[in-house]
Amino acid sequence: MKPRTMFEKIWDNHVIHEEAGKPSLLYIDLHLVHEVTSPQAFEGLRLAGRKVRRPELTFATMDHNVPTADRFNIKDPISRQQMETLTDNCREFGITLADLNSPDQGIVHVIGPELGLTHPGKTIVCGDSHTSTHGAFGALAFGIGTSEVEHVLATQCLPQLKPKTMEVRVNGDLPFGVSAKDLILAIIAKYGTDFATGYVVEYTGEAIRKLTMEERMTVCNMTIEGGARAGLIAPDQTTFDYLQGRRYVPQGEDFLAAVEAWKELCTDEGATYDTCVEIDAAAIEPQVTWGTSPGMGTNITSTVPDPEAFETTAQRKAAQDALAYMDLAPGTPMSEIKIDRVFIGSCTNGRIEDLRKAAEVAKGRKVSPSVHAMVVPGSQAVKQLAEQEGLHLIFQEAGFDWRESGCSMCLAMNPDILSEGERCASTSNRNFEGRQGRGGRTHLVSPEMAAAAAIAGRFVDVREWKRESASEEVFQ
Amino acid sequence: MNPFVIHTGLVAPLDRVNVDTDAIIPKQFLKRIERSGFGQFLFYEWRFNVDGSPIDSFILNTPAYKDSTVLLARNNFGCGSSREHAPWALLDYGFRCVIAPSFADIFYNNCFKNGILPIKLSEEQVDELFLRTQSRENYELTIDLEQQVVRDSDGLSYPFEVDPYRRYCLLNGLDDIGITLQYEDKIAAYEANR
Repeated sequence: MKPRTMFEKIWDNHVIHEEAGKPSLLYIDLHLVHEVTSPQAFEGLRLAGRKVRRPELTFATMDHNVPTADRFNIKDPISRQQMETLTDNCREFGITLADLNSPDQGIVHVIGPELGLTHPGKTIVCGDSHTSTHGAFGALAFGIGTSEVEHVLATQCLPQLKPKTMEVRVNGDLPFGVSAKDLILAIIAKYGTDFATGYVVEYTGEAIRKLTMEERMTVCNMTIEGGARAGLIAPDQTTFDYLQGRRYVPQGEDFLAAVEAWKELCTDEGATYDTCVEIDAAAIEPQVTWGTSPGMGTNITSTVPDPEAFETTAQRKAAQDALAYMDLAPGTPMSEIKIDRVFIGSCTNGRIEDLRKAAEVAKGRKVSPSVHAMVVPGSQAVKQLAEQEGLHLIFQEAGFDWRESGCSMCLAMNPDILSEGERCASTSNRNFEGRQGRGGRTHLVSPEMAAAAAIAGRFVDVREWKRESASEEVFQ
Repeated sequence: MNPFVIHTGLVAPLDRVNVDTDAIIPKQFLKRIERSGFGQFLFYEWRFNVDGSPIDSFILNTPAYKDSTVLLARNNFGCGSSREHAPWALLDYGFRCVIAPSFADIFYNNCFKNGILPIKLSEEQVDELFLRTQSRENYELTIDLEQQVVRDSDGLSYPFEVDPYRRYCLLNGLDDIGITLQYEDKIAAYEANR
């Protein structure tokens, strides 16, 4: 048999029908649903007199609208209606819902893996672009629009044109103090926000193998910001160890059998990708974005670029517009940019390891008096675990606001929103104009960098702090 | 879904790269549970000041482009969030076609589900269309999906590529859930072996 990539194996395993000149019909193993992109889909089912074909392969939660301060006090009547509509729809169509009362509630891309719903080899869709997160497990996972949400609800299938494949090989090791977030931001800064449009990206190489599952999720999560249809990382022992014992993962003998099957998913030796790029992990530094597109980022040790230095007219104009919106002057050192707000959370960086890393930086320090900083756990389970570990106390003692779980200020659909002109260090995924609030200015960074910025009131090279604490520990 | 066969309309030039779906329809308008009525919120923060008054410099607020139905755009149009509210807003506002050198995948796909035709032309061709739109009054394009060509009244004629199946569905305004359900036997057989 011809050697195949992991993508091709998963694809082939799910094709129900193929015909020349038409999209392939793919079976969907898991459909995640949230309150924002589903109401019109359920309404479509009702109008057509259709049912949800496989409610047991569908799992819903509410995350986008959820207030994080007083979660049961939803003041916005339209937000409340959207959440109630999801509750009604799940009841009517027999879908499991992790609502605000559920210990399972959280950001849809945090709870899928956490509950063990996400498995290697599955096809996973959700009406949310960051569905690419689940690719960290070797699942083919991608975001869809509401028409497709309705399609999957009704048929458990989706007609899809076959994407091309790209290997992103990350050679070497990430240096001390450089995170998975820095890796993906650096990749997008180097290759642009559409370098992977039309492709499914498989990440390979030593640096990827050494990442934890949560770090892999950060990388796959932001793969959509490079334009890719999906990101994939081959499952290995790290994956199996993460999954073992989780609620929706096979148990006992069945787990061992599943692991054997999952091992078969890896790209065969000799299989070819449509295109390949290679990155040297050792060259990556902590990243900070300076503009209004995730590709507009640079090293913390660098400066705000001069728009004139860009190659094309379109790039120059985009950089000029971005700097005007961000109120930044070319040549300003990134470490001199002062901030007003800090947001630690989101489906990119709202998991327990992210909070641990931020807490490590925050421990024994104080948030700058000019900064309002908040930590929003990605799920109730993350929140509970963080509290068991005492992370909330570290944050609170340092002056961070400790919140309830949800998408929060990543997209600011709930009351967590930037005011006009406010500048935020954010661990989320998008620095688009107005994303965190009209006139708000977003700089994307890692959780460590965000915590350090909260304390310093400006961006700092967190590696220096980490080196200091590492040497203190040696002397103690 | 309304079929798209041939369409002639006024062209509005939006000269920015990476126009994201947050810009097309900001999040505060995603809370509605209907599919309709999003046009009033299209490009809201570029179109309106905080007090709700129009921002005169924005292209769609220019009287000459008020009735445009073809949007001319730059690279990576529709990037970011998967929100189908973006094509709903464009359609409801009156746009039937978006022309750009490239589109983000999810947005591109969402357009076809809503009777909007996204057309990819080369950067040079898009540059030429920007030039013509900005230098002529009431510049119109005719988009012929059957012939797969974009034309103007001065003899410009740009052929374009589109996936044949997507073209077929758009020409006929087909509901693809119905098409998938024709394969019920195959779906059931797959499920039995899963």
